[in-house]
Amino acid sequence: MNKVLMQGNKIIGEAAVRAGCRFYAGYPITPQNEIPEYMSERLRQVEGGVFVQSESEIAAIHMVVGASAAGARSMTSSSSPGISLKQEGISSLAACELPAVIVNMMRGGPGLGNICPSQGDYFQATRGGGHGDYRVIVLGPDSAQELADLTMDAFDLADRYRTPVMILADGMMGQMMEPVVFKEPKPRDYPENFVMKGAGSGKSKIIRGLILDPLEMEEHNWTLQRKYQVIAQRETRHELYKTDDAEMVIVAYGTAARIAEGAIKRLRETGLRVGLFRPITLWPFPTNELRDLAKKIQDFLVFEMSAGQMVEDVRLAIQGKARIGFHGRPGGVVPTPVELANVVMRHYDPKEGIIDPLA
Amino acid sequence: MMVKTIFSGFGGQGVLMMGYTLAHGAMSAGYQVTYLPAYGAEVRGGTANCTVAVSDDEIASPIASKPDNIVVLNTPSLYSFQNRVAPEGALFLNSSIVAVKPSRHDVRIFKIPSSEIAEQLGNPRTANTVMMGAFLKVTGLVPSDIYLSSMETVMGSKKKSVIEINRKAFAAGYEFLK
Repeated sequence: MNKVLMQGNKIIGEAAVRAGCRFYAGYPITPQNEIPEYMSERLRQVEGGVFVQSESEIAAIHMVVGASAAGARSMTSSSSPGISLKQEGISSLAACELPAVIVNMMRGGPGLGNICPSQGDYFQATRGGGHGDYRVIVLGPDSAQELADLTMDAFDLADRYRTPVMILADGMMGQMMEPVVFKEPKPRDYPENFVMKGAGSGKSKIIRGLILDPLEMEEHNWTLQRKYQVIAQRETRHELYKTDDAEMVIVAYGTAARIAEGAIKRLRETGLRVGLFRPITLWPFPTNELRDLAKKIQDFLVFEMSAGQMVEDVRLAIQGKARIGFHGRPGGVVPTPVELANVVMRHYDPKEGIIDPLA
Repeated sequence: MMVKTIFSGFGGQGVLMMGYTLAHGAMSAGYQVTYLPAYGAEVRGGTANCTVAVSDDEIASPIASKPDNIVVLNTPSLYSFQNRVAPEGALFLNSSIVAVKPSRHDVRIFKIPSSEIAEQLGNPRTANTVMMGAFLKVTGLVPSDIYLSSMETVMGSKKKSVIEINRKAFAAGYEFLK
């Protein structure tokens, strides 16, 4: 396969089209504008491709709801403030059990914030985001290659569980160019009977999120929850880096995980044995895997480009069985590996472990 | 080996093109690369910059807090970036435009009148490629033939004559530094 140099946003567009995405609706916002730009041209070149620049983010997500119900592999993308606007539609997708892929190239917040890379939307993404008891599968790529691979996987997961899947990356992932090899996408496996294309002489089909009877709505909720349990059991992904001989482990995802790897290389040169635990699925969070690691590692440092969000999932996973420190930079600041290495050296004493600034 | 370079200048001078072609060339030469453009409210005539990391190992951060090289095509960029170059690093100046003296004395300074050279060749817009010639002569990051074929790939749809004048510009920059 050919290795090409591509920008993160365009990689997502190309991977989506290769995976069979034929409907895209979106509204421009930095730092993800290259996704709609790329899709506007690329979807023109493939049979059945439809691109809509909608009048708003809310319109875009609801167009995706419609296209998904009609059986198209559908995608929308935005950045933090725009993703907030889409939450109503994402809740609808979850309620109606419709597959779709939503890309969030996070930027500094809250509010309109700025256009710099950030990880401040972790809570919103992993807790469902909109109203009601639901979850969204959240994937956190950390390289151009993963942007391509996980975008393709996102469409498969969305179909398999008939649920919205979010790619949670940030402005840096979207803007950066790196070499990438596109893998062969799997053929789509989506049962025809879920597709709304006219009942013909058969029974009418109804896709709805409005269920007025509370007992019926409760049953629908339990159906969704059982599905989420299965997803949590089967689809959790993570990656370990130099944890075999580690005395301390940094937990980080996406761009922060790359920075952490750079810090770890420096720290190991000074003799500190530090490793990395990188969740790839942010929901379902690799809780059991992290808890297992806490059986042999006593010190964890959570590192995020936020004021501290994933750190809560790490605490829930480790359940007080190890010490947990935190270092974060919210608001669009991208820290350097040198900074993180300095933090570890300052807060890490091989005898005492981490001095937890949040505890 | 890990070499980080910041390219900077006015929007429209081809600063992002320099970074993109270098990243493409380094990838073709078998290195790991990252290319990170400064994005934001950039306008023609405003400032533009990008960072390219070239390494034989995985690249952790695509950002350069202490770049090994900076390539400066205009005066504001010199002010913005000269203090960030690593000691013993290299500073490449477009001396046709940058009239001020750099304040750093612990770095290697290469002055290339790239705009004038490009003008003599008949196309002032190739000043960035002249600079790339000089840059690769000094750093040896990517062999010239690999870089030039990457440049052609990147320019792909452009006219043959554009590629030809850029080849000439590259050679002129390469030969300018002895």
